[in-house]
Amino acid sequence: MELESKDAYSGQDAGQKSRNGGFRITRPKGGDSRALWTLVALLVILLSGRLISPNFFEIRMVNDRLVGSLINILDSSAPYVLLAVGMTLVIAVKGIDLSVGAVMAICAAAAVVLIRNYENGATAFYFQPGFVILITIVIGAVCGLFNGVLVAFLDLQPIIATLILMVAGRGVAQLITGGQSPTFTNDAFAFIGRGVVFGIPFPILIAVAVLIAAIILVRRTALGLLIESVGVNDRASYYAGIQARMIKLSVYMLSGMCAAIAGMIVAGEVKSADPHKAGLFFELDAILAVVIGGTALTGGRFYLAMSALGVLIIQSLLVGLYVSSLHPTTNLVVKAFVVLAVLLIQSPEFRRFITKPFRRTS
Amino acid sequence: MNTSGQETKPLLEVKGLSKVFPSTVALSEVDFTLYPGDVHVLVGENGAGKSTLIKLITGVHHKDGGVILLEGKPIEPRSPRHAQELGISTVYQEVNLIPTMSVAENIFLGRQPMRFGMINMRAINQQAKQLLRGFGLDIDVTRNLSSYSVAIQQIIAIVRGVDLSAKVLILDEPTSSLDRHEVERLFSVIRSLKQRGIGIILITHFLDQVFEIADRITVLRNGHKVGEHRLAELTKVQLITEMLGKELTAALDNKQVTAREDGASTKPFLEVRGFARHGMIEPFNLVIRQGEIVGLAGLLGSGRTEIAHLIFGIDQNDQGEAFVKGEQVNLSSPRKAIQYGFGLCPEDRKVEGIIGELSVRENIILALQARMGWFNYLSRQKQDELATQMIEALHIVTPDAEKPVKELSGGNQQKVILARWLVSNPEFLILDEPTRGIDVGAHAEIIQIIKRLAQEGKAMMIISSELAEIVDYSDRVVVLRDRKKLGELEGNEINESTIMQAIAAN
Repeated sequence: MELESKDAYSGQDAGQKSRNGGFRITRPKGGDSRALWTLVALLVILLSGRLISPNFFEIRMVNDRLVGSLINILDSSAPYVLLAVGMTLVIAVKGIDLSVGAVMAICAAAAVVLIRNYENGATAFYFQPGFVILITIVIGAVCGLFNGVLVAFLDLQPIIATLILMVAGRGVAQLITGGQSPTFTNDAFAFIGRGVVFGIPFPILIAVAVLIAAIILVRRTALGLLIESVGVNDRASYYAGIQARMIKLSVYMLSGMCAAIAGMIVAGEVKSADPHKAGLFFELDAILAVVIGGTALTGGRFYLAMSALGVLIIQSLLVGLYVSSLHPTTNLVVKAFVVLAVLLIQSPEFRRFITKPFRRTS
Repeated sequence: MNTSGQETKPLLEVKGLSKVFPSTVALSEVDFTLYPGDVHVLVGENGAGKSTLIKLITGVHHKDGGVILLEGKPIEPRSPRHAQELGISTVYQEVNLIPTMSVAENIFLGRQPMRFGMINMRAINQQAKQLLRGFGLDIDVTRNLSSYSVAIQQIIAIVRGVDLSAKVLILDEPTSSLDRHEVERLFSVIRSLKQRGIGIILITHFLDQVFEIADRITVLRNGHKVGEHRLAELTKVQLITEMLGKELTAALDNKQVTAREDGASTKPFLEVRGFARHGMIEPFNLVIRQGEIVGLAGLLGSGRTEIAHLIFGIDQNDQGEAFVKGEQVNLSSPRKAIQYGFGLCPEDRKVEGIIGELSVRENIILALQARMGWFNYLSRQKQDELATQMIEALHIVTPDAEKPVKELSGGNQQKVILARWLVSNPEFLILDEPTRGIDVGAHAEIIQIIKRLAQEGKAMMIISSELAEIVDYSDRVVVLRDRKKLGELEGNEINESTIMQAIAAN
């Protein structure tokens, strides 16, 4: 790659080249104030939880495992954070992945069927728990490949393309389990969903690790730039030499892999795989979290960590409702209103609208 | 030249029509007269005001001055629907009917004959069939519209428009995507409409078609009417000079030919032989040498952009072969073309060029980064360096490199796209209308940059509607008309007049 001789175009000398030597301009964050307001929303929800239940912030060590509402929030957030990571990247390229919940069911089913073979004495190496994990992730990637081919190469609308697997996926999961909800006992595999490391539930560690890995993957390589470029204008990106279709294909595959890990966490937690219920409606909360995090459905700029924050908001709310004395039947309605409130508080237009009567006095 | 031969009153008369948009005067005191049974062709380059005039007549926009008279009575079209009720129907290049409904349903959409509260399908089908037969079109009207070719769809749209008791029919570039045979078919429909005394306004970029079908021609340029002619009294050269706004006599200064010192200019960088794609451009040969600027001259729709797209791999050729530095290559995608050292500044900056929300820095490094791959990420320091260098070298006016590129002016956006290619150090640049829609200052700067790049030995192919510009920087000019390469002009032959005569040549 030749990079020299750039100055030749300038009529003037380019001696100021190193003027910016150590100076770094920070990344333009469309969500700088947005990030702040999202954090405010999370704090408000947590504090409301504290008001409802005095021991909301309490964390204790029980049998070498941390327990408490905050730990519950993180623990139940884990699969959603995984989905949100994949979903953020998919939405960044102007797509959407409705199939992640169904992919979770497929992967959970496949993993449990494989691990049951191992428990029943199958000796082939691919029934070892370690390999089962690997195989399951590959299955997730294949599901993503299917979506990606439909969207990127056959130009189907993402919402329709992924709806296919969303519907078909649960059927596939049922075929894998023979219509049953198989259970298993292998503790090594169940560790994914219920293990504890230094008192911290293992799913939390997985989610954090995947989130960090994803951030490194997209921000320390050119992938993030290419994804944003394709999301903003795929035609111009293609003209600039970017393999727009391959970028789209790979984010759908990443989304499938994230869903596979989330599926194993869910299966590990309950030591079984229910093809009907595993991951049911998870895709909707994942999409919601991405939107709360400030990644626009129109594609382009994306914010992985903010999507995780979005997940925390939703889960804090649910755990808060759980400890409150409100009847569970009100949960969904309350959730809807709080989500609306969160989205409104993030909107500069709405804040201006609300504060207007107070400013007019001047 | 109405066919009836007797004195007729005008069908549609437009007097002193004006339209002002916030930034520009789109149409300035234009007069336009349409007689029954006449085909009146509107010609002009981009931004001449053709579509503004049409939009005022059809009620898409509202006039700021002037009058529109239909059969002598003033009208104020409020919307395309209102215009249609008044008797003015429009058929666009993109047929705006419903592809998934049958031909018959489309023709009667919104006014279906009813029986017992249900749509009377039999009646619809029968009437539609009869109607189409009247135009020499015998097709199965129960099939979906989408199962027919664009030409047939257009005829159906015309029939629908005319059947809505139209007096005036406006055809906006109906032939752009049709082949020769289909154009014939459309023209025969137009001729039968003339017989019925319908007045037709036709917009087209194809000169040969103008001379084939028009009775009367109005030329617009920059929102002004520059001429109105009966076909018989007009030559092609005259028409082209009017469209481009040049005086034949005033444009005789020959190009100053400066011999290049280096011998490198004779070495071909790119050679294509018999390159073509059906419906886009007829077979052409082209050689582009290192350090040479080849200008593509021709009117809008002459195949200029199509050549650029074929060579850059955006569209694939279905005939012919290409050689880069003597080696045969397959230009199957922009990425491939870029690997051979090509770069393209596209015609439509917003849609094909800039990545709007991304920063100036990101836009500048994009092509280079795409070439280096995902895992070979340019360090942030290197990115800043390249961006700063380019901002200074090309005088890009921006507060800093982090500004979203969509917030820059057109000229600066163009410079950013140029910068995108310059940092990836291409050997061959294709510039499609590099100076369109940018202010005078940036204009001169971009021409400067182009010349400097040629001196550095880059091969370039430049498309421009500005003849003076092409004459100024081209070493060779390729002349195009109606999707065909007509020939090349070289050295002393290059001046505005010879180019225009070449475009008009038979």
